[in-house]
Amino acid sequence: MKHAAKKLGLMLLTMLIVSFLAFLAFQIIPGDPTNTLLGSEATPERVAALRAELGLDRPFFVRYFDWITDFVQGDFGKSYSYSMPVADMLSGKLAVTLLLAAISFLLTVIVSIPLGILSADCGGWFDRIVTVLGQVTMAVPPFFIGILLTYLFGITLHWFTPGEFVSPGVDFWASAGYLVFPAAAIALPRIAMTVKMLRSGIMGELNKDYVRTSHSRGNTRRATLYRHVLRNAVVPTVAFLAMTIADIVAGSVVVEQVFAIPGLGRLLLSSISNRDYPVVQAIIVMMAFWVVLVNFVADLINQRLDPRLRLQ
Amino acid sequence: MKKFVSLFLVLVMVSAVLCGCGDGSKKPGAEWNKGYEQRKLNNEIVVGIAQDLEDSLDPHQSSSAGTREVFFNIYEGLVKPNSAGELIYAVAEDMKLSSDGRTYTFYIREGVRFHNGQSVTAADVVYSIKRCADTSGGAPLVAAFSAIEDVKVVDEMTVDITIKARDLDFLSYLTVAIVPENAADLATKPCGTGPFKYVSRSPQENIIIERFDDYWGKKAELSRVTYKIYENAETLVMALKGGAIDLCAHLTSAQAKQLDEDYFQILEGTMNLVQAVYLNHKAAPFDNEQVRQALCYAIDRQQIMNFVADGHGTAVGSSMYPAFTKYFMPELTDYYKYDPAKAKKLLADAGYPNGFDMTIMVASNNKPHVDTAEVVAQQLRAIGINVTIQQVEWQTWYDEAYKGRNFQATIVGLDASNMTARALLERFTSTHSKNFTNYNNPDYDALFQQAISATDDAAQTAIYKQMQRELTETAANLYIQDLCDLVALREGLTGVEFYPTYVLDLSTVKFTK
Repeated sequence: MKHAAKKLGLMLLTMLIVSFLAFLAFQIIPGDPTNTLLGSEATPERVAALRAELGLDRPFFVRYFDWITDFVQGDFGKSYSYSMPVADMLSGKLAVTLLLAAISFLLTVIVSIPLGILSADCGGWFDRIVTVLGQVTMAVPPFFIGILLTYLFGITLHWFTPGEFVSPGVDFWASAGYLVFPAAAIALPRIAMTVKMLRSGIMGELNKDYVRTSHSRGNTRRATLYRHVLRNAVVPTVAFLAMTIADIVAGSVVVEQVFAIPGLGRLLLSSISNRDYPVVQAIIVMMAFWVVLVNFVADLINQRLDPRLRLQ
Repeated sequence: MKKFVSLFLVLVMVSAVLCGCGDGSKKPGAEWNKGYEQRKLNNEIVVGIAQDLEDSLDPHQSSSAGTREVFFNIYEGLVKPNSAGELIYAVAEDMKLSSDGRTYTFYIREGVRFHNGQSVTAADVVYSIKRCADTSGGAPLVAAFSAIEDVKVVDEMTVDITIKARDLDFLSYLTVAIVPENAADLATKPCGTGPFKYVSRSPQENIIIERFDDYWGKKAELSRVTYKIYENAETLVMALKGGAIDLCAHLTSAQAKQLDEDYFQILEGTMNLVQAVYLNHKAAPFDNEQVRQALCYAIDRQQIMNFVADGHGTAVGSSMYPAFTKYFMPELTDYYKYDPAKAKKLLADAGYPNGFDMTIMVASNNKPHVDTAEVVAQQLRAIGINVTIQQVEWQTWYDEAYKGRNFQATIVGLDASNMTARALLERFTSTHSKNFTNYNNPDYDALFQQAISATDDAAQTAIYKQMQRELTETAANLYIQDLCDLVALREGLTGVEFYPTYVLDLSTVKFTK
């Protein structure tokens, strides 16, 4: 109980620091939301009037304090660029990004676990091909994989129409169908990493003493692998997979650009370049929350899988 | 063995991808037309835009060119521009100017309706003009409306607008949108009189407009248009190639080249802006006219256009673009003929025989300007000037260079906020708040005063021409070109017209068969 409270406190503190740093960053870099809102021909009087209206003329700490007070009360403010409540804007985008992340995570798990086990189990040429492919995909950045996938599946094979995204609210399955390809672009490097991790985990375990004991008791190599080795080898992999969930959301920021998906990532980037502070802050805090939460869950899973960690 | 296997695999992957690009990129298959056929049945198209509308949807508050481009289809003023660059009547059907040139009497057209169904009356017009002239926010929404002395309803369909002093350009500001008097929340629910009405938007995703069936003029051909936002240049091209977009303006020649001519018509217009290396006249050595002239001789504009846009674009020699046929002076274009030897000599005469260091600041989001900077840097290096290109984010550029005037040289395209020569030339008068180049020439200022107080159009035009000549002769900036504007239009569609301002009129676009 005490442990959980401590964790929770730490989570809140992390989010507070992240939100403050984001706020501070925009204080330091040049630029002002009125630049995009009013354009280059605006008179200084109009700029001043709008700044006052948006409350940008107040001191930094006052603004931060006001923002955070509203934020904890559930008032995320209003977007400067879109004149609509940030909460309304984010809800639609969040669904898209979560769907993308979910498909991406599913792909990662479905492909990497069997591939990792088979790679360790079969060895030989299969293992070698998997390893080389893994090295290559890990080396290529997701946005480039995204472009390649669009060319191959979109333009050449016509499995999907690039740029014809449908939002999940309109047609869920069409939306999911489109998102499979960007999800694959995000998942590929993560699959490669997971396979590598699982494979080397299994290999490491196979060299341990209890495996020899198991063999000497008459178990086959395969039986030992699936009954004993896997249980031990899978622990770090599961923790790693949990961490990937956070990573996937970060990866989606880039891939959403390539596939023209109107998710959180694209909104974040455009809001940063327009200095749309309320939107930027809300998304950053949300992403920070996501990362912290995922870490927390990863800890819990680890403790369940490995009893030795529970004592700490 | 292992090395061989990996090499082989890499080769297989690369060749698969290359084959994919080489073979499939240009020839869309049968699948390509699926979405298109459906859209054709519904008489609707998808227009790709490279940027979301990120300022207000309130037509009087919005400022960006991209927003104005979309709003041209939704809103109209008392007058509006046509594709020839002339002002034609829109909400008004006639106008009378008093003999002292100060009072404009507008007769409102019968049967003009707002998208909410209400008829336009004098009250709506007065409300719209007053809203833009209101100074309670510090300054009027439309700066030129500070010249308005009085706006009043004469009768239900007649409005008088009185200005403080005669101004031949005033009519061109009356393109501001007429909105309903009781309109609530225009920022999220646009309501105008144009051929299309606003339906919905989703940030960073799309904006949807529909034909307005009660439009007073020639009704739009299409029933529905969806603007889709593709901020990434590669993605935009792939969406075009994949068949997700039917029409897309402002493409670069590199983007247009990737499209198959069998499936797209590429139409060429101009961007209607003056791209130049703008020099800060307060930053040495650009306070020296001879140095500026030397630089002008060192610039080879054809080479720049070849590099930036495969030779597309129109060279300019002063702060005026060719679409303003009335004011544009082709003879200024070659005032400084490319002559590096002469440039070197002038530079030596000015006291810089060994050249100097200079920094060109350019906003990194604009590819044509960045590319131009590269070529200009090369050309100036040839006469011994050591050029550094400083790429900055647009916001930084705007704060530092445009607002802060803290730069040495910068490349940007300046456009006209309305269809007057004044919109391009006034900014170089010494006291103008947007004179970011710090150009200071008393002769030029005097000419400008004469121009705005001129009583007839011919005299005014002559003075505006004289002002352009002044800018060229003093080598105010290194004028380069009006960039080309390429529009990709899917085969089967027709009716795109180019305007001398940054708008895309969708009311004339239609399916051919």
